[in-house]
Amino acid sequence: MDVQLKILRYNPEKDTQPYFQDFTVKNVSNDWRLLDVLQEIKWQQDGTLTYRYSCAHGICGSDGMKVNGKNRLACSLLLKDINTKKTIVVEPLPSLPIIKDLVVDMTSFFSKYQVVKPYLINNTPPPQNGERLQSNEDAEKLFESAKCILCACCTTSCPSTWTNENYLGPAAMLKAYRFVYDTRDDAADERLDILDTPDGIWRCHTIFNCIEACPKEINITWHLSQLKKRISSREM
Amino acid sequence: MRKVRLRKGSLEDTQNPADKNDPYTKRVPVMRSCYSADRTGHVMLQTLFENSLKNQVTFFSEYFATDLIVEDGICKGVVAMDIATSEITVFQAKAVLFATGGYGRVFRITSNAHAGTGDGMALVYRAGLPLEDMEFFQFHPTGLWKLGILVSEAARGEGGILKNKDGERFMERYAPTVKDLAPRDMVSRAIITEIREGRGVKGSDGTDYVYLDLTHLGKEVIDEKLPEITGFARTYLGVEPTTDPIPIQPTAHYAMGGIPTNVNCEVLKNENGEIVKGLYAAGECACVSVHGGNRLGTNSLLDLVVFGRRGGKAIADFLKEAKHHEISESAADRSREIISSIMDNQGTEKISNLRTELQNNMMELCGIFRNEEDLRKMIDILEDLRRRAKNVFLQDKGKVFNTELIGALELHNLLDSAEATVYSAYARLESRGAHTREDFPIRDDSNWMKHTFAYLRENDRPELRYKPVVITNYQPMERKY
Repeated sequence: MDVQLKILRYNPEKDTQPYFQDFTVKNVSNDWRLLDVLQEIKWQQDGTLTYRYSCAHGICGSDGMKVNGKNRLACSLLLKDINTKKTIVVEPLPSLPIIKDLVVDMTSFFSKYQVVKPYLINNTPPPQNGERLQSNEDAEKLFESAKCILCACCTTSCPSTWTNENYLGPAAMLKAYRFVYDTRDDAADERLDILDTPDGIWRCHTIFNCIEACPKEINITWHLSQLKKRISSREM
Repeated sequence: MRKVRLRKGSLEDTQNPADKNDPYTKRVPVMRSCYSADRTGHVMLQTLFENSLKNQVTFFSEYFATDLIVEDGICKGVVAMDIATSEITVFQAKAVLFATGGYGRVFRITSNAHAGTGDGMALVYRAGLPLEDMEFFQFHPTGLWKLGILVSEAARGEGGILKNKDGERFMERYAPTVKDLAPRDMVSRAIITEIREGRGVKGSDGTDYVYLDLTHLGKEVIDEKLPEITGFARTYLGVEPTTDPIPIQPTAHYAMGGIPTNVNCEVLKNENGEIVKGLYAAGECACVSVHGGNRLGTNSLLDLVVFGRRGGKAIADFLKEAKHHEISESAADRSREIISSIMDNQGTEKISNLRTELQNNMMELCGIFRNEEDLRKMIDILEDLRRRAKNVFLQDKGKVFNTELIGALELHNLLDSAEATVYSAYARLESRGAHTREDFPIRDDSNWMKHTFAYLRENDRPELRYKPVVITNYQPMERKY
């Protein structure tokens, strides 16, 4: 079968405004990934088409983009899961500055990630054998939040992010969860203070876009709700 | 609940399937594989990134290294291009450590990322330094059909069974005692043999596969122990592993060879063990060589933890005395020339065509089974590809995020990595580990207990030199399963 695409193009060296360009890719099959279609365009039709990609199976998190209005990883989206009778609309992740075509500037995304202190903070030296112990049950509590691949699909799908560029966003706060609930970490209060600010967790209005966008199917809103409860009970 | 930790709270060890077959350890099972469900590597990556941020490491993200500055046996820095602007930057450095990964992308089917194009190895090779044991490339038996995405050992460790098109558990014929848990090289050869003898399943892409059957394990084991990898089968092939077998074929997985180093990650400048001052390598791009001719499952992560740490410590010691070295004004000239020659080229060749030809031919002629005739053919093909690679045409003439230019640079790195691999494989007249010569099927310890060192020779075939294998506590013996 053939597929039609409309891809948002923008080259800062030439264009004043982004615009849509139409492409047709012939002889594709249902089990192609959207990334395969883009590769076919880039390497056979138009070498200027630009997007990030690397592992091609949903681990590196580099090929997040907006497909038919929803944030997806191009490598984890198969054509059989898209309505290919209609033109597929491909745009960069929303709300981040476009560098070129589908490549966005991730600087603000990663600086928000750093705000929540995304690392283990423990003020006591590690035990003699070097390993800080943790029960299987306690490790399990962190397991889902640690599936995050930092693709930014969730944060850039959130209407609260669109209206407030300073909002920490779901990915950064999910990372905060990962350490707030880690039995080996000493800085839960420090992180909760960071979340309990005007641009922090209260901007989450449980719109659930993040869950819908997450390619790793993490229940992000549930994790953020736990953090909200924890902050509220702390105030009590 | 997924088991990540033991009741006492330490990281859980497991017996790795490979160990049960090891003549040295089978009498005493060894617990050596710490893991986190089936995504140990991802968890390690997170911890490394988290701690880099904690310690305020400066990252130059999306820079592409184009040259290594080595003069008089001293490494003085690297030349790199900022992908966002195409600006060339010289990084003057007291010490440089390459952690640039493998080059699985020289093969058609690979588990490696698209970035696995041997960039670090090629830079070292072009700097006149050797690459060691490049003929040893591991094919993992269970890659998802067509895509090469890894279905890890965990699947067979938990009891997964390989079957041919007749539903026969064929590994019983190749390794009667350990069957599906035979080492990776043996299982990969068995699968290819099944396919060659007509017992594979013909896929819609024209390639053949066999089945990995997990259905008898039950949903609980599959969901608890193998969530990630069975998810890949669902997402990419639309196969439900609890009810249907997964189509698999061998996938290029890991380079045992690479940049020669000693145990402190210092890069060797020759087979006599002399080092390049200030240059280090760790991980898959390096060849210590702890994996010999055939890496065991999980040991790549072990390699990263051990040698990442050792390299870091060695550099910290080195920096106490080290100084910056004067770098000549012309250090970036070669990079600039190469890039402008690519950008200005009015040739007729397409990057993708050359890359595909390389990948298809490497898979067929220098893959799991090799022989003199095929390797000779591959040498001719490589020469042709090298000539044509000087004649590529880029459509993207811009400076901002020019990924077509990166593709062209990566093609050169792939060709260099492939060259060292093919010539090293051509010269090794025996079968050992992952290197299988159909025309020399026997391991020949009297002549070939030695490491290959391949040196680039301008306009000529690479020069191959050798270094004897050092035997310490364990006498090599024939593998029998």
